[in-house]
Amino acid sequence: MEGSMVTPAPALVRFSGIQKTYDGEHLVVKNLDLDIRKGEFITLLGPSGSGKTTTLMMLAGFEVPTHGEIYLADRPIKNMPPHKRDIGMVFQNYALFPHLTIEENVAFPLSVRKVNKAETQERVRAALRMIEMEALAQRRPGQLSGGQQQRVALARALVFNPQIVLMDEPLGALDKRLREQMQLEIKQLHETMGITVVYVTHDQSEALTMSDRIAVFNDGIVQQIDRPDALYEHPVNSFVAHFVGENNVLAGTVETIEQGYCRVALASGGSVMARAVNVASNGAATSLSVRPERISIIMDGATSEGPNRLPATVQSTIYLGDHTLAVLEVGGNEEFMVKLQPGGHNGLRQGENVSITFRPEDCLALDPV
Amino acid sequence: MTEAFLTRADAPTDVPLKRRLKRAERARQFKALSLVLPLLAFLLFTFLGPIAGMLWHAVDDWEVRQVLPHTVAALAAWDGKDLPDEKAYAALADDILAARAAGTLAIAAKRLNYAVNGFRTILTSTARNLKAQPEPGTAKETLGKINPAWRDRATWAAIKGASGPVTSFYLLAALDLTRNVDGAIVAAPPDQAIYRDVFVRTFTIGLSVTVLCLILGFPVAYLLATLPAGPSNLLMIFVLLPFWTSLLVRTCAWIVLLQSNGVVNDSLRFLGLIDAPMRLIYNRFGVYVAMTHVLLPFMILPLYSSMKAISPAYMRAAASLGAPPLAAFLRIYLPQTLPGIAAGSLLVFILALGYYITPALVGGGADQMMSYFIALYTTETANWGLASALGALLLAATLLLGVVYGKLVQGQQVTGGMKN
Repeated sequence: MEGSMVTPAPALVRFSGIQKTYDGEHLVVKNLDLDIRKGEFITLLGPSGSGKTTTLMMLAGFEVPTHGEIYLADRPIKNMPPHKRDIGMVFQNYALFPHLTIEENVAFPLSVRKVNKAETQERVRAALRMIEMEALAQRRPGQLSGGQQQRVALARALVFNPQIVLMDEPLGALDKRLREQMQLEIKQLHETMGITVVYVTHDQSEALTMSDRIAVFNDGIVQQIDRPDALYEHPVNSFVAHFVGENNVLAGTVETIEQGYCRVALASGGSVMARAVNVASNGAATSLSVRPERISIIMDGATSEGPNRLPATVQSTIYLGDHTLAVLEVGGNEEFMVKLQPGGHNGLRQGENVSITFRPEDCLALDPV
Repeated sequence: MTEAFLTRADAPTDVPLKRRLKRAERARQFKALSLVLPLLAFLLFTFLGPIAGMLWHAVDDWEVRQVLPHTVAALAAWDGKDLPDEKAYAALADDILAARAAGTLAIAAKRLNYAVNGFRTILTSTARNLKAQPEPGTAKETLGKINPAWRDRATWAAIKGASGPVTSFYLLAALDLTRNVDGAIVAAPPDQAIYRDVFVRTFTIGLSVTVLCLILGFPVAYLLATLPAGPSNLLMIFVLLPFWTSLLVRTCAWIVLLQSNGVVNDSLRFLGLIDAPMRLIYNRFGVYVAMTHVLLPFMILPLYSSMKAISPAYMRAAASLGAPPLAAFLRIYLPQTLPGIAAGSLLVFILALGYYITPALVGGGADQMMSYFIALYTTETANWGLASALGALLLAATLLLGVVYGKLVQGQQVTGGMKN
């Protein structure tokens, strides 16, 4: 897993020109090219219907690509049945076999591979020890909590040392606290065992927490594949900026572009300097994206020099414990959010006129929404 | 206000909590009871009552007791080793004269004729020739002269055996058993011993039809459970279609199809597959075809409901864990359908055991099931005792199966691990 960061490991899985349609009219996956490196934790992130689950199902072998080829360790697997692919999978609702005990569930992949009894017992015990569930080996799935079932599903998908483990929104059914705990556990398992994980989720914070790389899906197309920090700091388009993390949008028109920066005239009047990320040319429409934590509020009357200073009206403030969120009206956007540091600007009153300011490098000029 | 509240809260301490709970629950229980009461009363009169009546008829022995009361009383002390004494003969003569006058002799004659073939003739000839009460002390001689059967110990043993108030005669007869002159249980004469065969036949047909239904119904149920909603609903209508037609009509349709000049035979001959018509009906084949057709929905529906509850994720999980399709089916899918298989099989088997119309219409003489004989004794010969005994044995066998099924299902105890 470390290798994937420093020198890219060879691709274990390669999606090459994959298209998928169910009805013959509408492409669910449009021309997907994606490499998954050995040992990495890659997350397919996107809203529902974006094609991420279909992609996972094609890799698992439950769906056949309409066009293109998938390679696993350089072997084409498009027409290989799922049980021959040697890919472990954890399902959204765990899919533990209800008529078998926990032990029998975990032993299942070994017994279909005709592993001898002594070794099976040994490996099942080791897998149950890994998830700290040895005491519950003789229970049935129905007698376990959601979190415990999830651990068993994980052990069952790992016990036969598959080349890859696929996880299809495995934590979706758990409550927040348990979900966060399981995120850490899964991440830890990945790091200690060095397995390749392909993880599907629509929860961006989950993706940011766990992944080595994230592929953001929308409308059947991979919008961007990158490390979590790069995805957050350098989104390539408005969709990624909006889907990953909190984001404020201002509409405008490009006036000038030079040296990677552009001056944008806002629709509501005034102009700001922004990093030119995804803008065509002078006169093109653009959406500006600014993260709430990169904005400062200046009380009216205070003076400050900066290229990006806009008038704002306080709508409300929301106290969130570790920080306070101010909701402002800026340039016609009534849900412009600013994250206030603890202790600062706590005296904001509703209806008060203030100014906001942000650095040009924190404001991205992206494709118009 | 506060004081009143306090005293109210404190007051029940002398009443135990359990009793207070019971009191609180009582109203709810009463309401529940009143909701099921009409059905309960209905069942009592139309179901449990008749069954109890049937069970009583199987052991009730009232005829001889009522028609020949003095004889029954006189024979009470008889040890059965020799012929009874003069007193019994006198009592019999008395009873016969009285019964002839009252016209009730035929009732006793019919009952005694079950035990000893020809008893009816003995009684009627005696009644005809017995002009008046014999002189005291000559009853034995007089009766013996009228019919030599009265000098036979077996004749008297039959009367004593039928003197009630309860008898094992019918139940034994239903098992091809009878009592000999000395009252010991022995096998019935071969010409009367048919019921064991009928029981075996009934259970064989029931079992065969169940297996056929399972083999034919399982794939259909699987298809129903896995198809998308539209085609699945259409298929379900086809499965349920037979329910909308009367049983008699469906059975007659099979007669039309399967008879010598029926649709099936004509088609086969037209295609040149056979030269002479095959015998497809009025034999066991016809019974199997018609009964399987009629009972198939009772197998498919429980199977369908158990399969519908199996998430497709299980088969996917099995495949992803390396199980080839057949192994996944046998080890993951099939075990989860066991409750459905058990329920469907039991339902079909128990229904098949009681089948009457279908075998009667499409079966031959050697394909008639227990119900046929029960109906025969009830409606044709009015031998209610034997009909009830056969019914009671069938009921006992069915209950036994029910208990076995209950144990099997209890051992299974499949609990779903899926949330949805």
